[in-house]
Amino acid sequence: MPEQSNPASAGLSTSPTDLGAKLSATGYVGDDALATVTHLALVMQRPLLLEGEPGTGKTALAEAIAQALELPLIRLQCYEGIDATQALYDWDFPRQILHLRALEATGGADVEEAEKSLYDERFLLARPVLAALRQCPAVLLIDEVDRADDEFEAFLLEVLSTYQVTIPELGTVKATTPPIVILTSNRTRELHDALKRRCLYHWIDHPGLEREVAIVRSRAPEVSERLSRQVVTLVQQLRGRGDLLKPPGVAETLDWARALDRLGVAEVDLESAALTLGALMKYREDSERVKQALDRMLAV
Amino acid sequence: MSAHAGDEILIAFATAVRAAGVPVTMDRTRTFLAAAAQLGVGDRRSTYVAGRATLCSGPDDLDRYDKLFHSWFDAQEPLPRTVERERDPVRSLAPGSDDDDLLGQGDAEEPEDLLRVAASDTELLRHRDVAEMSPAEKALMARMFDALRPRSPVRPAHRRRPWHRGEVDPQRTLRRTLRQLGEPGRVEWRRRGVRPRRLVLLIDVSGSMHAYADALLRLAHRFATADGRRGPVEVFTIGTRLTHVTRALRQRDAESALVAAAQVVPDWSGGTRLGETLRVFLDRWGQRGMARGSVVVIFSDGWERGDAALLAEQMGRLHRLAHSVVWVNPHRGRVGYQPVQQGILAALPHVDHFVAGHSLATYADLSEVIAHA
Repeated sequence: MPEQSNPASAGLSTSPTDLGAKLSATGYVGDDALATVTHLALVMQRPLLLEGEPGTGKTALAEAIAQALELPLIRLQCYEGIDATQALYDWDFPRQILHLRALEATGGADVEEAEKSLYDERFLLARPVLAALRQCPAVLLIDEVDRADDEFEAFLLEVLSTYQVTIPELGTVKATTPPIVILTSNRTRELHDALKRRCLYHWIDHPGLEREVAIVRSRAPEVSERLSRQVVTLVQQLRGRGDLLKPPGVAETLDWARALDRLGVAEVDLESAALTLGALMKYREDSERVKQALDRMLAV
Repeated sequence: MSAHAGDEILIAFATAVRAAGVPVTMDRTRTFLAAAAQLGVGDRRSTYVAGRATLCSGPDDLDRYDKLFHSWFDAQEPLPRTVERERDPVRSLAPGSDDDDLLGQGDAEEPEDLLRVAASDTELLRHRDVAEMSPAEKALMARMFDALRPRSPVRPAHRRRPWHRGEVDPQRTLRRTLRQLGEPGRVEWRRRGVRPRRLVLLIDVSGSMHAYADALLRLAHRFATADGRRGPVEVFTIGTRLTHVTRALRQRDAESALVAAAQVVPDWSGGTRLGETLRVFLDRWGQRGMARGSVVVIFSDGWERGDAALLAEQMGRLHRLAHSVVWVNPHRGRVGYQPVQQGILAALPHVDHFVAGHSLATYADLSEVIAHA
């Protein structure tokens, strides 16, 4: 693989530490491994495949990269049955017909001209992938790629390897600078090896105590240091229990901290915790288990 | 090690990672070298991150990679030795020799009798217990599995398909109008299509199911690869731990698929902790989406050595997630069978279909149950 050092993307990230600093300036607190992998994805121009527990900040990373590098973020949410017309481009049929009618009414141009004007750029609806290729450089987030079908994966593979798209009526669109591509997956199914091989892989774990406190402090600065630390300590204990149906993610920690703060709670006690547990636990079974355990956990 | 060039050390390391069971391909190794070069080879931490990002492709790989990395570069403990596993319990069947050899064993009958014998033999096998078969009979069975034609369960699709009645399809109608240069044409119709539902097979390979493991994996292989079946199929083995064997079973050839599956499953003929493994399945895969709206089939006799209450709880969870849950119990076909085992008693309230699974005929019935689930 020729490692071309493209000046445009090389300028985006000079070193992992530099990128890490830029990311934390946007409020995204990641560890050094994540910054290194992201740096690699930028300089090697490879898509980055992120996997991990729900709520560990996979999607947020793409947003943070876009913000840190001051690039537009283009998001493609995958779902079952998604196909090229929703990912790439489509023609705006109603407008084409209107245009045709207008031509007719004015008794205008000859047939060939009319036909040509129908497949004009302005009738082209650029869907996320095409938009990302055209507006380069950009950050393209392909969210929850595991929800799409196998066929769509094959299609993605094609786009991600050449960074170009051919529209029969218009010609080929090629990105002058490949977009920064972030794929996220929740592992509802195993992705194809061919797609994985093309990507750099990173598994995002739940953050440790200090890092999670830092995340809460940067994302919800209104919450006091004392309350954030207490909330995070409790959440980390809950995650360690191993008997919860859905261990709380970072997003839930943030919600809970904010909920407590809005209620004017300075320190978590049994009553306030029980009242706001809905922000943290999303299953009845879990809530009950946690309620029973809370007094023991708060006693410490 | 200092005598070697940096590249050599890294390539050797990538080879060792492959030996540890991570599927590292040549192009991955190349990407690894490029990534390490980008970060500077001298730094231990960056090499670690580069390898993790380029050589691994899942959480299972990460574990192995971490272990190997430490023993390779820290060189304190010896490399993890590949444990010599006892000969794979999937008894490799006698490669299908001539039919005469298989069927006419022992008795010297005239050729015109042979066909009749073969036919009746086939019928007999269909109802005999898989556990009591000789290798020759098993080889015949392998061929009969090929005759099994599993069909996917289906669900209504999100997308509409053209149809001759139903609801108006504005886009196609407009497109037709456009084709006629704006002249209104025929109205086009559409309706919802169908798509195959995901099928998840959980196969108990514990000691008590030992005799059926071979046949059940063969059945799973048939489901995963059968022609004409387009839906996604995922296969796991359960016992004392959960193993994802879908990839191993995807090979076309049944024999090599079974051997590959035997190599990845670490708990053949071990104990049974159904509740615990089911919980791992739901946590790691099921709740994320694999079990959602899919048809889940559990092949087990329900001998639970763990806590039956946990099994009941997890079955309840599975039942709420899945479209339908089928429990296949090989003992159910036995005369006088009563569901009295703790495990099965705990699970039955959360099961939609409870069927037998001890012979080919019941497997054919099972594929009907699945197709209509």
